[in-house]
Amino acid sequence: MNAQRDPTLVVDRLTTRFVGRRGAVTAVDDVSFSVAPGEVLGLVGESGSGKSMTGFSILGLVDPPGEIAAGSIRLKGRELSDLSAREWRALRGDRIAMIFQDPMMTLNPVLRIDTQMIETVRAHRRISSNAARELACDALARVGIPSPDERLRAYPHQLSGGMRQRVAIAIALLNAPDLIIADEPTTALDVTIQAQILFEMQTLCRESGTALIWITHDLAVVAGLADRVCVMYAGRIVEQGSTAQVLETPAHPYTRGLLDSTPAANVQPDEAGRTQPLRQIPGMAPSLNELPAGCAFRPRCTRVSDLCQQVPPEVELAPGHVARCFHPLPAAQGVKS
Amino acid sequence: MSETSPPPATSPAEADVERPLRRLVRMYAESRVALFGLALLLAIVLAALLAPWLAPQNPYDLIQLDMLDGRLPPGSASGDGRLTYLLGTDEQGRDMLSAILYGLRISVGVGVVATLLALAIGMALGLAAGYFGGRFDAILMRIADIQLSFPSILVAMILLALFGQGIDKIVIALVAAQWAYYARTTRSAALVEGRKEYIEAARLLGLSTPRILFRHLLPNCLPPLIVVAALQVAAAIALEATLSFLGLGLPVTEPSLGLLIANGFQYLYSGRYWISVFPGVALLLLILAINLVADQLRDVLNPRLQSQ
Amino acid sequence: MPLFILRRILQSFNVLFVMSLLVFAGVYAIGNPLDLLVDPNATADDMARAAASLGLDQPLWVQYGRFLANAMRGDLGNSFIHGVPALGLIVERLPATLELAVVAMLIAVLLGIPLGLWAGLKPDSWTGRAIMAGSILGFSLPTFWVGLMLIMVFAVQLGWLPASGRGSTADVLGVSISLLTADGWRHLLLPAANLALFKLSLIIRLTRSGTREALLQDYVKFARAKGLSNARVVGVHVLKNILIPIVTVVGLEFGSLIAFSVVTESIFAWPGMGKLLLDSITQLDRPVVVAYLLLVVTLYVLINLVVDLLYAALDPRVRLAGARA
Repeated sequence: MNAQRDPTLVVDRLTTRFVGRRGAVTAVDDVSFSVAPGEVLGLVGESGSGKSMTGFSILGLVDPPGEIAAGSIRLKGRELSDLSAREWRALRGDRIAMIFQDPMMTLNPVLRIDTQMIETVRAHRRISSNAARELACDALARVGIPSPDERLRAYPHQLSGGMRQRVAIAIALLNAPDLIIADEPTTALDVTIQAQILFEMQTLCRESGTALIWITHDLAVVAGLADRVCVMYAGRIVEQGSTAQVLETPAHPYTRGLLDSTPAANVQPDEAGRTQPLRQIPGMAPSLNELPAGCAFRPRCTRVSDLCQQVPPEVELAPGHVARCFHPLPAAQGVKS
Repeated sequence: MSETSPPPATSPAEADVERPLRRLVRMYAESRVALFGLALLLAIVLAALLAPWLAPQNPYDLIQLDMLDGRLPPGSASGDGRLTYLLGTDEQGRDMLSAILYGLRISVGVGVVATLLALAIGMALGLAAGYFGGRFDAILMRIADIQLSFPSILVAMILLALFGQGIDKIVIALVAAQWAYYARTTRSAALVEGRKEYIEAARLLGLSTPRILFRHLLPNCLPPLIVVAALQVAAAIALEATLSFLGLGLPVTEPSLGLLIANGFQYLYSGRYWISVFPGVALLLLILAINLVADQLRDVLNPRLQSQ
Repeated sequence: MPLFILRRILQSFNVLFVMSLLVFAGVYAIGNPLDLLVDPNATADDMARAAASLGLDQPLWVQYGRFLANAMRGDLGNSFIHGVPALGLIVERLPATLELAVVAMLIAVLLGIPLGLWAGLKPDSWTGRAIMAGSILGFSLPTFWVGLMLIMVFAVQLGWLPASGRGSTADVLGVSISLLTADGWRHLLLPAANLALFKLSLIIRLTRSGTREALLQDYVKFARAKGLSNARVVGVHVLKNILIPIVTVVGLEFGSLIAFSVVTESIFAWPGMGKLLLDSITQLDRPVVVAYLLLVVTLYVLINLVVDLLYAALDPRVRLAGARA
C-alpha cells in the first residue's frame, strides 16, 4: 500500500510547547511524518510520550497554555499551522475527525445520539435536519449498528461501551473526512469487540481513501493494522518505517525494549519449547519537565555512550526506515545507506 | 507503575507529620489574597481580644458616657475635650469605635464557641454513624437530612422563639442549626477512610475501637471538617448578627455587632450613617477574612487538587 | 414512576406530621402567652377564664389532638393578638412574600448563570476574577447589612427608590400584586435585589465550577473536535450538563429565600408573612407562629417534591432509573 500518491497529511518539524509558570515543557518535539490516502499510520508510545498531543496539534485543539511553537502541518497541500480559529473550526469534524479513547466519556450524557450526530453534519453543511438525520442513520448502519433508526433516539447511557465507540466512529465518518485521528479508541473495550472495530475501521478507511492515524501504546494492535509505524518517546519520534521494518528489524533500543515487553513477542517458544519471560525496560518513562539533555532515552538505554548527550540526528537505515539514535541496533545496521 | 512493597500498616496521618504540614503552609502562602485574609483575621481577633485595653472608653460604663456627646459624626472631639470619637458616637454618646471593639468580642466569642460545640457534637455522631453504620446511621442521617433541607436561619428562629433571648440560648440555637453539617461531613469522610487498608490493618492488629476511631480514623477525616468548620464560623457569626439585628438574638446587655447595627438603623434615614455602617463594616471584614481563609484552606486541603 | 411519586408524597406527609408535633410541642409547652395577653393586675379568676377561652387549661396532648384535628380542616386557631384565624392571616400575606421571592430568584438566575458561565470560561481574565471576587463578597455580606446599605445609597442619598412598603398594587383574582404597577416595581426592586444577592453569588459559583468541570470533560473536547461553534459547545453541550445541578439548587434554595425574606421584609417593611412572623414571635402570638411554620414546612415539602420530579425530567439517566424502579 505504499503508493506514491500525494500524501494526505504532511507534518514537518512540529513542536508543541506548554509554557507555564515554572518554565516551558515541550510535549511534541521536532516531529515529522506523513500519511497517504487510505494509509494507516500507527503512532506508538507510552503515556506521556506526546502521541496524543501530536494528534491534538494536528486538529488545532491544543489548549492554552499550550501552543504550536514551530513546524508545519499540511493537509492536502494546505498549510494549517497559521489558520484562524474560524478556519480551524471549519476544518475540524469535516476534513479531519478524531475519535477518543474512552467511549463512556466522549458522548455528551444529556444529549440524544441524533442531536449529537445531526449537529456534526449541520456545523459544516447547510442541509435540513431531516437530511442530516438520514446521513446519521446511514453512518450508524455503516459501522454495524443494528436498527440505527431506533438507536438515534437513545441516550448514550442506554448503549454499551462498544456501541458507543461505534457511534463515535460513525460521527467521525459523517462528513467523509480526509483524515481520521484515532486516539487509542479500543483500549477501553473488550478484546473481541476491539478486534471487530479494528477490522471495520481498517476496511472503512481503505474503501473511502481516508488516511488514518492510529494512536496506541500497544504494538500488537499496530502489527495487525498499520501500514507504517512511528514510535514516540518523550515527545520525539525515535523510529519510523514500514510496520515490517520497525517490528522485525527495530533499530532504536527503545523500540527493541517495547517489543520485548510485549506479551505477543514472547509467545513463540524457543527450541527447548520454553517461552521466554517478559523483559522490561529498566527505569521509568521520564516526566516531560525533567528530561535529560540529548537523547531522552539515555538513562534507560543499554547502548548509551558519551555521544548520547547530544540530540541524535535522524539516520536513514533503509529506504523509509529512520531512527534517531547514535547506536542503532546491529540487525538493521547492515543496510545503512 | 509497579508497587512492590505492601502498604504500611500505620495510618498516613501518623507517619510523616512534618513534611505535609510544611507543604500545606507553602501551598497556603501561594495566594496573596489568602495571606491578606489571614492577616486581617488575626488583626481582628487580636483587636477583639484586647478590646478593654485598645478601646478609648468602656462603652458600657455609664459613668464614662456623656449624653451631650450623643450622635456626633466621626472625628468629633468629646465635650470635655479628652478624646476624639474617630467613628462618631451613638445616641447615648457612646464612642462607636469602643462599641465595635467590644461588639467584636461578643460576635467572635459566640461564633467560635457555637462552632466548636457543634463541631464536637456533629463529629462524634458522624464518626459513630460512619463507623458503625446500621440503624443508628440510618436514623441519624434521616434527621440530618430533614434538618438540612430547612435553612439554618429558620431552625434558629424557631428555637429562639421557643427559648427566648440570651447568650446561652443563641449558642444552643446555633449549635442546633449547624451540627448536621459536621455530622454529614464526618460520616462521609469516615465512610471513605473506613474502607481503606490502613483501617483494616488496624482492626487486624486488634486495636481497640476507640483507638481506631480517634487515633486512626479521625485524623484522616479532619481535612474536610476543618474546611467546613472554617466556613461555618463565618456562617455562625453572620447568623448571630442577623438574629440579633431582628431582635431575636442577644439581649441589649450583650451588644454584639448585629445589635449595634440595629440600633443605628433608625438614624440611617436622617443621614447619621456611622452608627450602623461602621459596625457593619467591622462585621463584613470579619466574615470576609474568615471566608478568604476558608476558601484557601479548601483548595489546599482538597486531595483532588493536590495531585495536580 | 407513579409509585415513585406516591412514595415521595407519603414521605412528605411523614415529615409534615413530625414537624407539626415538634412545632406544637415547642411553641405551646414553653412560655406563657397569658402573661402577655392578660392585664398583669387581673385576678386569678380572670386568668383562668382567659386560659379556658383559649383552650390553654387543657392537658397538652388534648391541645395537640384538637390542634391536629382543626389543622386538617385548615383551622390553626385564632391569633391571640388579632383575634382572627391565624392561617388566614398568614395566607393573606403569602402573595407579597412569594412575589418578593420569585423576583429575587429571577434576578439571581438571569444574572448568575451568564456571569458564572463567563467566569468559568475565562477564569484567568480580569473580568472572570472580578466576578468571582464579587461572588465571594456576596457570600460574606450579611443580607441585613446589604439591605441597610441599599436603603442608604438608593433611598436616602440618591432618593431614586422608596425604602419601605409595597406601594400600589393591582388585584388579580382577589390577590394583590405589585408587579403590575410601576410604583409596585419601584418598591419591589430594592428588597428583591437585597434578597437575591446571596443566591446570585451561589449561582455564580455553581455555574462557574460546573463550567470548569465540564470543560475538562472528553465530551466537550469531542464536541470541539466535531467542529462545532463555541456558542453551540457552551450553549448546548456545557449548559445542558450544568443546568441539572443548577435547577436542583435553585429549586431547593427557593424555600430558603422564603425563610430569608423574614430579614428583608423587616428591613424594607415589606408586608409579607416574614414580617408577620417576626411580630408574632415578639408578641408570643403562638397560633400565628405555628401557622407560619406549618405553611413554610408544607411549601418546603412541595418544593422538594417538584425538584425531584424536575430532576428526573431533566436528566435522562435518572429518568431511566426511575422508570425501571
